[in-house]
Amino acid sequence: MNTPPVEVPDLRPRRQILDRVFKGSTFGAGALILVVLVLIAWTITHKSLPVFRSEGIGFFTKRKWAPANEVYGALSFIYGTAVTALIAVVISVPISIGIALFTTQVAPSWLKKWLVSLTDLVAVVPSVVFGLWGIIFLAPKLVHVYKTMHGWFGGWPVLGHLFGPASAGRTFMTAGLILSVMITPIITSIAREVIETTPQTDRDGALALGATRWEMITGAVLPHSIGGIVGAVMLGLGRAMGETIAVALVIGSSATITANLFSSGDSLPSVIAFQWGEATSEIKRSALIAMGLTLFILTIVVNLTATAVVNRATKRVQGA
Amino acid sequence: MAVVAEQLVDRRESLAEELSGISGRRRTKNTVMTALMFMAVVFVGFALLLVLATVITKGWSIVSGSFPAWFTKDIQLRPRVAGPGMKAAIVGTCVITFTATVIAVPLGIAGAVYLNEYGRNRPFARVLRFLANVMAGVPSIVMGLFIYVFWVVPRGTNGLIGFSGALALACLMLPIVVRSSEEMLRLVPQNLRDASYALGASTSRTTLRVVLPTASPGVISGCLLAVARAAGETAPLIFTIGAAKATNWNVLKGTNTSLSMQIYGNAKESFVTAQERAWGAALTLIALAFLFTVAARLLSARLSRTR
Repeated sequence: MNTPPVEVPDLRPRRQILDRVFKGSTFGAGALILVVLVLIAWTITHKSLPVFRSEGIGFFTKRKWAPANEVYGALSFIYGTAVTALIAVVISVPISIGIALFTTQVAPSWLKKWLVSLTDLVAVVPSVVFGLWGIIFLAPKLVHVYKTMHGWFGGWPVLGHLFGPASAGRTFMTAGLILSVMITPIITSIAREVIETTPQTDRDGALALGATRWEMITGAVLPHSIGGIVGAVMLGLGRAMGETIAVALVIGSSATITANLFSSGDSLPSVIAFQWGEATSEIKRSALIAMGLTLFILTIVVNLTATAVVNRATKRVQGA
Repeated sequence: MAVVAEQLVDRRESLAEELSGISGRRRTKNTVMTALMFMAVVFVGFALLLVLATVITKGWSIVSGSFPAWFTKDIQLRPRVAGPGMKAAIVGTCVITFTATVIAVPLGIAGAVYLNEYGRNRPFARVLRFLANVMAGVPSIVMGLFIYVFWVVPRGTNGLIGFSGALALACLMLPIVVRSSEEMLRLVPQNLRDASYALGASTSRTTLRVVLPTASPGVISGCLLAVARAAGETAPLIFTIGAAKATNWNVLKGTNTSLSMQIYGNAKESFVTAQERAWGAALTLIALAFLFTVAARLLSARLSRTR
């Protein structure tokens, strides 16, 4: 109360400089994202050039991978990446949507918190731990399952090709199964967020018309959130394609293209990780980096499409 | 409002059932689909439980079987020899993750400040926001290759150091930190900023003294989740840190190792001794990752309560 008035120095010029420095540095930090992305694209493209020079387009179309004879074809790895990611998505989609629907539409609020934590916990488990569990615990047990399934479905028209003879537990299918658990948290959390934006009036209206809960879900919730769910699934697909260590440990590491899901194979990221240590020649390293570039482009295309789908879906919903 | 509406809906549902206006087939379908949704939860819960139970039972017997040595001795050189010691990997994981955090968290938060406090809806900010999403989707192995080409190759064998691994992990963390921090900054009410400006504070002062402290619970828990994710990563380290078996506290000199690399390397071996080491390392790593996650939860709960 009785403090004497203090002489206030005019801080404006100094303050303005500080303010500008602060703004500049935050701008720099933000721009770093752009810089890093450009650098990633530039450096790995540059290092991929040797293999593209010697193989040309054949790098993408040849299935033969024989570094000893300097033949580098990545087709079987691209195939393996696609197959494992597709298996993962096919298994994970019904499960993730089921969890998201159960969490938002069925579970009471006290259970809801626990269910959210459960899916978050799955995301916390490091991928290498899933890989370790897959290679030592799961894969040996799955051999019998695969053999039984081949016995059941082996003679069927389409399934017979997919469920072919199994010799080991490390297969496309095992990799797909592990991946499906790993991508469930990401699909579930986005699907949950989208589903929760369904207007309460839509749900109430459906129930008031006498719909059961399931009819309310199919009639009001799913049509509202289908766009966002498709986007969520694509983000999961992108994640599954780029997953390295878990797949590297359980896929069996052999360059094969076959419809048999119970055969061992290989994927882009897992072959990079697995063969890096033995890759001493410049051209083989270049081939592995070129596979990284392929993966980079593939995941960016998938993720961009996913983002576009999600954005369009939310805009449509907000506009309605 | 919502609670009342929910109660009304519940009452309406029970009323509908009492009047038995719903045919048996529709009711069965509803029950079956609800059961299937529940099964999905059970499936993932079971898978998680199975993974954790295996890691804990197998890992515990190794870690407790060689109790102090596990944390104090270096790693056995030959895979087929049972040997205690994971100290080198524990130290490696800690120093590399710490270095990555020191690099990525300040940059990420600063980037988020730019996006939310300065850039807002400007075209460049929109582009950056979009690119942050793109970068978050880039597979971790590509980050490892990038740091290998960009940072390790020019330095030759001197490039295989903990710091290179930390750079790769920082690239991985940066978009996660930017996105989660921006989300939290956006939740800070505009009133607080306006009040600060009205008192004559500049934008930088407002951001540092008002906006960031208010958003800190969420920002910190987002960062800790990014740290937990980075601590468990393997793929970016394969190309960048070399393969050491002895403890190396120095991230700037000499090869290093990490828990994740030890799990990966030992899981590939067919010797039981090596596999046991992998389980022990897995338990240690999961314990670390969960510690960070729990810390994130507690910290954000505590900070938001004191406010």
